[in-house]
Amino acid sequence: MTTPIYEARDMVRTYGSVRALEGANFDVYPGEVSAMIGDNGAGKSTLVRILSGADKANSGQILFNGEPITLENPTDARIRGIETVFQDLALANHLNPIQNMYLGRELMKPGILGSLGFMQRSEMRIQGKNAFSALGATVRDFSGPVSGMSGGQRQAIAVARAAAWASDVIFLDEPTAALGVVQTKGVMDLIRRIRDKGIAVVLISHSMPHVLDVADRVHVLRHGKRVAVMEAKNTNVEELVGAMTGALDGKEAA
Amino acid sequence: MSLKTEDAIGGHETEDSVIRKPLGARLGHTLKSQAMQIVLVWLGIVVIFSVLSPDAFLDITNFRNIAISVSILAILGVGTTLIIVTGGIDLSMGSILVFSGVIASMVMRGMGDGEGWGVAIAGILAALVSGLLWGLLNGFLVAKAKVPAMIVTLGTFGAALGLSQVLTGGIDLRAAPEVLVDSVGFGSLFGVPSLVIIATVVVIFGIVLLNHTKFGLRTSAIGSNAEACRRVGINVDRQLIKVYALAGLLAGLAGVLNLSFFRSTTIAGHSLTNLDVIAGVVIGGTSLFGGIGTVFGTLVGLFIPATLRNGFVILGVQPYWQQVVVGAFLVGAVYIDQTRRAANARGTTREPLFSRIFHRNSSTNTNRKES
Repeated sequence: MTTPIYEARDMVRTYGSVRALEGANFDVYPGEVSAMIGDNGAGKSTLVRILSGADKANSGQILFNGEPITLENPTDARIRGIETVFQDLALANHLNPIQNMYLGRELMKPGILGSLGFMQRSEMRIQGKNAFSALGATVRDFSGPVSGMSGGQRQAIAVARAAAWASDVIFLDEPTAALGVVQTKGVMDLIRRIRDKGIAVVLISHSMPHVLDVADRVHVLRHGKRVAVMEAKNTNVEELVGAMTGALDGKEAA
Repeated sequence: MSLKTEDAIGGHETEDSVIRKPLGARLGHTLKSQAMQIVLVWLGIVVIFSVLSPDAFLDITNFRNIAISVSILAILGVGTTLIIVTGGIDLSMGSILVFSGVIASMVMRGMGDGEGWGVAIAGILAALVSGLLWGLLNGFLVAKAKVPAMIVTLGTFGAALGLSQVLTGGIDLRAAPEVLVDSVGFGSLFGVPSLVIIATVVVIFGIVLLNHTKFGLRTSAIGSNAEACRRVGINVDRQLIKVYALAGLLAGLAGVLNLSFFRSTTIAGHSLTNLDVIAGVVIGGTSLFGGIGTVFGTLVGLFIPATLRNGFVILGVQPYWQQVVVGAFLVGAVYIDQTRRAANARGTTREPLFSRIFHRNSSTNTNRKES
């Protein structure tokens, strides 16, 4: 745990006169769950978008494994093993879980058939099932369209898909926002299993109990800056809310 | 949230799974049987006509005629199915067919009164290229200019037909080399008409393309969720252009078959072809909203109107009734699609804001009780 696998330094991002990020820092280590919390407009989503290649910062440095990198598009992040699950799932509802997992990364048949565009359907089915079960994502129907599945199931599929491809870092933006209690528990378990694989998990959430439950460290963002990093086991909801709202550093605010 | 809460909740998860599993499995079954249902409907029609007119209807030659009448539409149907699966629509294929036939005919006439294969092949290539170019234009306008597919193809529907009339002065051309007419138009292999063989090859090509290739998977995925495709790095615009281009190419091929079968460019004969094809695609179970569709379903969906027309003529019923019955089929097919989509949406898609708030509240309530 000497070098962070993924690190952002002094990130600045402005949209016209709106300053979304004003020198934000962030870091995450392998096999760690780092939670990112903050009030609406604190810059969480902007930071995630930048670190997943969906947006570009005005200034600041991104370090991957200690090396500075630039991300032009999401593919640049993905080829480094950095995956993101956005809030709105982004599954193709008419396709089955296996097709969703391999969409955009289809396994092709070797030789001429492959260059003609033929896929290795059975191989994808076998490897895909293994990938899902390795993460303990209990997918009950691999051949049905994901639109026929519950919200929790589909979230689990979206997270497992990202985890199957993420070799180093996975961002989860509000993975439980649309879920009930039961499904939320399933996703939390999934997050732990991903962490146990040695992948760095970044969890963006509004839910303090979930954050304290699953995270190792909690990064608090406010007004486009990281204002605090806390060990989850040494903090509590009151302290986090205090850091989020600025109630704790009342002197500075006054 | 404490561990105790989670354990307590754990018990519910199994209940949840018991409720969900049959739902997913049932949906899978209905989807698979969708094509089967339509085959059964067609077989039902065949049985009724066979009983009513055992001699004239239940006859190899008669089925040959039905198959021939479906062939050209089926080739157009393959391209149209792919386009509708992407969530688009194509109204232009009848006009592209005519335009390609006109170009082929003009090229062949321009090469002198040669009746040989050289001239025929030049004509075929000319038709394929003109179809491909119209398809590329459609695709480019839909994908890059972001004009709705219905408007783009309504525009090219008029433009391709208009240009055909400009080029010919509105008078049908009849230049088609004998070799083409003899081999493609009226030829046959082991008693199977060439038109049917060519259409079968195209349909099999379409089935394999949609189910077994990356191209097919991405075509369905775009119709299902284009944004998801962009996020996984698929070039959605390029894929759309390819799909429209392929449909144009197939319309060009259909133009060659049309010219060799009718020995005429049939300029005035294809103004409703687009609606016939779309009706077949929809009756065959392809969703107009994209994401779901089968080429096989389209084939059966085209056989139903053709069989009805044929049967009505044999029975001496006014063939106009066919339009009435097909109209009813069309509305019925879309109704079934709608109920299917509604059933999908009920258990499944992102919960509306209302119930999300409800869920959030109930989870915080649980926490409060715990502490």
